[in-house]
Amino acid sequence: MKVLVAVKRLVDYSVKVRVKADHSGVDLAGVKMSLNPFDEIAVEEAVRLKEKGSATEIVVVTIGDKSCQDSLRTALALGADRAIHIETSLETQPLGVAQALKALVERESPELVILGKQAIDDDCNQTGQMLSALLGWPQGTFISKLTVKNKEIEVIREVDGGLETLQMPLPAVLTTDLRLNEPRYATLPNIMKAKQKPLEILTAEALGVDLSPHLKTLSVSEPPGRKAGIKVETVDQLIDKLRNEAKVI
Amino acid sequence: MALLLIAEHEKDTLSPATLATLTAAKEFSVPIHVVVMGSSVKKVADDAASHEGVEKVWCVEDPALSYPIAEQMTKTLVELGKSYEFILAPSTTFGKNLLPRIAALLGVAQLSDVIKIDDNKTFVRPIYAGNVLATVRSDDPIKVMTIRPTAFDRAAPGASKASIEAYAFKKPEQPTATFVKLEQSKSTRPELTSASIIVSGGRGLQNKENFTLIEQLADKLGAAIGASRAAVDAGFVPNDYQVGQTGKVVAPSLYIAIGISGAIQHLAGMKDSKVIVAINKDPDAPIFQLADYGLVGDLFTLVPELISKIGK
Ligand SMILES: Cc1cc2nc3c(=O)[nH]c(=O)nc-3n(C[C@H](O)[C@H](O)[C@H](O)COP(=O)(O)OP(=O)(O)OC[C@H]3O[C@@H](n4cnc5c(N)ncnc54)[C@H](O)[C@@H]3O)c2cc1C
Ligand SMILES: Nc1ncnc2c1ncn2[C@@H]1O[C@H](COP(=O)(O)O)[C@@H](O)[C@H]1O
Repeated sequence: MKVLVAVKRLVDYSVKVRVKADHSGVDLAGVKMSLNPFDEIAVEEAVRLKEKGSATEIVVVTIGDKSCQDSLRTALALGADRAIHIETSLETQPLGVAQALKALVERESPELVILGKQAIDDDCNQTGQMLSALLGWPQGTFISKLTVKNKEIEVIREVDGGLETLQMPLPAVLTTDLRLNEPRYATLPNIMKAKQKPLEILTAEALGVDLSPHLKTLSVSEPPGRKAGIKVETVDQLIDKLRNEAKVI
Repeated sequence: MALLLIAEHEKDTLSPATLATLTAAKEFSVPIHVVVMGSSVKKVADDAASHEGVEKVWCVEDPALSYPIAEQMTKTLVELGKSYEFILAPSTTFGKNLLPRIAALLGVAQLSDVIKIDDNKTFVRPIYAGNVLATVRSDDPIKVMTIRPTAFDRAAPGASKASIEAYAFKKPEQPTATFVKLEQSKSTRPELTSASIIVSGGRGLQNKENFTLIEQLADKLGAAIGASRAAVDAGFVPNDYQVGQTGKVVAPSLYIAIGISGAIQHLAGMKDSKVIVAINKDPDAPIFQLADYGLVGDLFTLVPELISKIGK
């Protein structure tokens, strides 16, 4: 089984981003960039499938500018076999990404596509669902467990009401939740080896897709801050404040 | 042109998140139609029809809809949705799982987690774990969006009576997932996203046994229980207790964070609470920067004291 994994390079999860003074966007100058944590989990799951003998080849893909090749090299170091970079200078948005991934799926014919459930910069949580709909393949989103059984898979999904189990035929689209696995670290020898693995560069035009954004960000701002609170010394004081000042108990 | 609201329902009524989405829908000043899908949803349709502002309720019934599988619902909603100008759903795992599919097949973008409607094409939504608010414009012919339920009050049922019409189920042509089971975490406590008080525990609780301290305090207060990702990962509580960027977003009148450091991903899910209390032994824990009342000390002495003194 061939597995396609979509990865996005974005601001590291530990960075608290700042809004630019003119409110036109977020200041990314000099900020640490990483692989989206959910996509790291997606790569890890594919690698585990290969180690178990269910997957035969892992192809990773990203859509973005040249700097995104970092994230492809990271994914290759984690165990992907080959990488595809769909190069664009445009800001990527879920619909365009899903359309490009659909075109790539038609070219590569994987049996499983794994994405992160959410990119932690735009927090959209859309691309996997869009891809599933465009392909007409079943979807398993926000999964915390995957079991492959011949031409069928079973997934456990993290939903508001608890844990949901679904079964579906392949090919299918999956999106990862945080508890699916704990990704490994890339070892130095694997980072070196990754440099030799194939990385193909494509354009959106070659795939026949239009990546132009549909949504325009007019401005960004920081949310209203909370007024500074106080420290209380004792449990009695806390209870008194909650009862008589905040009146919430 | 009108607005289509995709209803999420529980037993015989609209879900609380759907009621918040209805309040958001009213800001568009266009007729509101609600679509209810299920195997037998007459009572839900009646509930939807009784809400003020709803003009029409579409009722889609089929045995294939006995459990909400997104692929089963897509074709019908795309057919129905294409004659609307706005399509809304609550930003719950139900809405997030379903709505991007409709948008993609209509060839339009989706906006996630809308918290404010500036006008019929301009919306505000959080990005970067809520550290930034983006004002975004959509020029697509159909505006498809999920609404963050904590940002809008829940609509109350009124005396009005909208018309209810059947809409034919369109069976998907392609393979779909099938439902196997749902493991619900059973609890007699209030539901996390609609509770007025939440007691939340983190890694500081150390283990599952100690987490009973959180439960005891919650029971004293009639509160729901929440948790940080660390507490869920460590197995103290089930996954659906997680509050944060990738868990549930809550905004109770009182949120008590115990043994939680206050990582940005956790704050993303609770910083709109009216009153925040933090109990943590580390005076420099980031949670204190937004707590209205902070209590520095060992939770294993402070929480038992709180439980014994706070009695209802
Ligand atoms: C992509 C991504 C998404 C994430 N999404 C979420 C999310 O949705 N929700 C979420 O919560 N996290 C999320 N996280 C994880 C987040 O970054 C933090 O790791 C997590 O919130 C930490 O949980 P914690 O505060 O319980 O643990 P810690 O950070 O370890 O804090 C434990 C606290 O307990 C205190 N403590 C310890 N012992 C005691 C004691 N005896 N008495 C009093 N205080 C004590 C310590 O001082 C410390 O402040 C996400 C991370 C990533 C990368
Ligand atoms: N530019 C991109 N290139 C490759 N994959 C992407 C890109 N944007 C989003 N994705 C994938 O889609 C997932 C969900 O993203 P989003 O819908 O933006 O929250 C991510 O975790 C990635 O797997």
